[in-house]
Amino acid sequence: MNFGSSLIEALESLTSNKVRTALTMLGIIIGVGAVIAMLAIGNGTEQAIVGEIEGIGTNLLFVTTNYDDVTNPEPLTIRDAKAIADPIYAPSVASAAPVIQGQVELTNAGNAMNATFVGVTEEYSDVQTIELSEGEFFSSSQISGLASAAILGTNVAEDLFGRSEGLVGETVRVAGQPFRVVGILKKEGGSGFGSSPDDQILIPLTTAQTRLMTRGIKNQVDLIYVSAIDADSVKMAEEEVTTILQDRHNIKLGENDFSILSQEVFLDMASTVTGVFTIFLGGVAGISLLVGGIGIMNIMLVSVTERTKEIGLRKAVGAKKKDILTQFLIESSLLSVIGGIIGIILGWLLSLGIGRIAAANDFLLNPAITIDSVLLATLFSAAVGLFFGIYPASRAAQLEPIEALRSE
Amino acid sequence: MSKWIVDARDITKVYQMGAVEVHALRGLTVKIAPGEIVSIMGPSGSGKSTLMNIIGCLDRPTSGEYSLNGESVANMTDDQLAEIRNRGVGFVFQSFNLLPRATALANVELPMRYAVLNGRNRKQVATEALEAVGLGDRIHHRPNELSGGQMQRVAIARALVNNPAIIMADEPTGNLDSKSGDEIMSLLRNLNEERGTTLIIVTHDPEIAALTNRVISILDGRIAEKV
Repeated sequence: MNFGSSLIEALESLTSNKVRTALTMLGIIIGVGAVIAMLAIGNGTEQAIVGEIEGIGTNLLFVTTNYDDVTNPEPLTIRDAKAIADPIYAPSVASAAPVIQGQVELTNAGNAMNATFVGVTEEYSDVQTIELSEGEFFSSSQISGLASAAILGTNVAEDLFGRSEGLVGETVRVAGQPFRVVGILKKEGGSGFGSSPDDQILIPLTTAQTRLMTRGIKNQVDLIYVSAIDADSVKMAEEEVTTILQDRHNIKLGENDFSILSQEVFLDMASTVTGVFTIFLGGVAGISLLVGGIGIMNIMLVSVTERTKEIGLRKAVGAKKKDILTQFLIESSLLSVIGGIIGIILGWLLSLGIGRIAAANDFLLNPAITIDSVLLATLFSAAVGLFFGIYPASRAAQLEPIEALRSE
Repeated sequence: MSKWIVDARDITKVYQMGAVEVHALRGLTVKIAPGEIVSIMGPSGSGKSTLMNIIGCLDRPTSGEYSLNGESVANMTDDQLAEIRNRGVGFVFQSFNLLPRATALANVELPMRYAVLNGRNRKQVATEALEAVGLGDRIHHRPNELSGGQMQRVAIARALVNNPAIIMADEPTGNLDSKSGDEIMSLLRNLNEERGTTLIIVTHDPEIAALTNRVISILDGRIAEKV
């Protein structure tokens, strides 16, 4: 019996009971659709998060204090940052930007809000992409002169002034003290990590130290951003920074009182998290595909019972075991493959829809349907059809011709 | 090569029904020559269906020797038996056993689909077979659009297409009115005359048996008498 005519026969058999065929397929359609959509969302999330991390800057290292298990820890200071930026001791370091951060109350004409302030130096623009929709970044004289100048994130500007344009020259009160607005940051949009620049206010580091912070140790900073000269030098830069800080903090043995995080660490972390997330989603969707497969098995068993007499006749006129086996396997595989194809289309539409909803809610998520996931779903659904078809088909193939012919 | 087309010697068949052994055939010898028309008669439970299944290679004897057309089939596997049935035996059943969804043509093509040699133009052979049974104008009808007599003609055409050595007919007129029954019988007799196909008819109707050359009567799994 050749394959072409078997295929036509199987199609005829499936179309002879359309409602049943459609309902059986529905299980596979939903299963495959769910797998496709869930994997797409998982991949989309991963891409969004990776994009976010890479957006921070590719060559970046983050130096923070880490006082765990350290006796006599020393804080990070502006001098540490200056030492790190020294091209003789740290040739792989392009720039080092000390930063202090905190919460502060902002007011303007009766509008009050809490925002994150970031005290920055000129180097901040080396390590972070600073794009201003108006105004200019702090000049060196503003930073060294302890100027009361501020650059506002768009959300901060909106909340305080009700607009984010034409604000240069306006005055905003930071912890009660008047600051002049010298620039507005371009809107960045949704962000998953920490506080978005949209919600921050930038002020000169020196100003923040003297006016906003009351700290025991002068020149103490919260964080030093270090940029390497290029992506390949990140590891070298990390080693140089470690050596310099160990030296400056007199750490000869034991734990460092600082820690250096590279983007790689964040990327690894993020891809681990999203990987687990994707597997979880795919697994849940896979269960529904399994249920769909059981539906196929169920209906194929019914079909074998109903067609016992037909099987008997086919055997009487010369069908071998493998002919009967093939016939029923083709039917179950057709159910699952056609269902799988419809499911892929459904999953694609579903993830498009989810992408639209996410976009409408200002959440960056582009569900990404990969060839991999389509192949996976197709192969998996074909395998489901074959696997769950084998038992009913072999039942059919094992029927004794006389017994089968005698059945009603 | 034996001169008998059906050569069954000392055939026994024992079924295991739970704890009880049922002796359906108890040492039975049947020889049928090519071109014969033979009827097998006997009351129900006599073992005639069992004998028919063994002659038609649907079943194997428990003991004894059986050759169909010179080939010993006693020790064949299920698939080998399927092949023997496919090219050596045509079946005509009391309840026609046509595939309900398939057209007359497709029903007649069915044995050719399972044939080992598949070079022939199936459609043409099937159409010729349907014309031979007088259904040349019904080839695209489905079973539910045909009368009982017509359905049995389709079944006979299906039995013919692989040019089998024997045609086994199990109560071929049992579900038909007497007029259609007569037509079917004369059709079978004509095929025997024209093609020389050996015809074995299982029946309990003496009138049908009277139309055959020889009657083999079975009683309690043994040959009762020969007429």
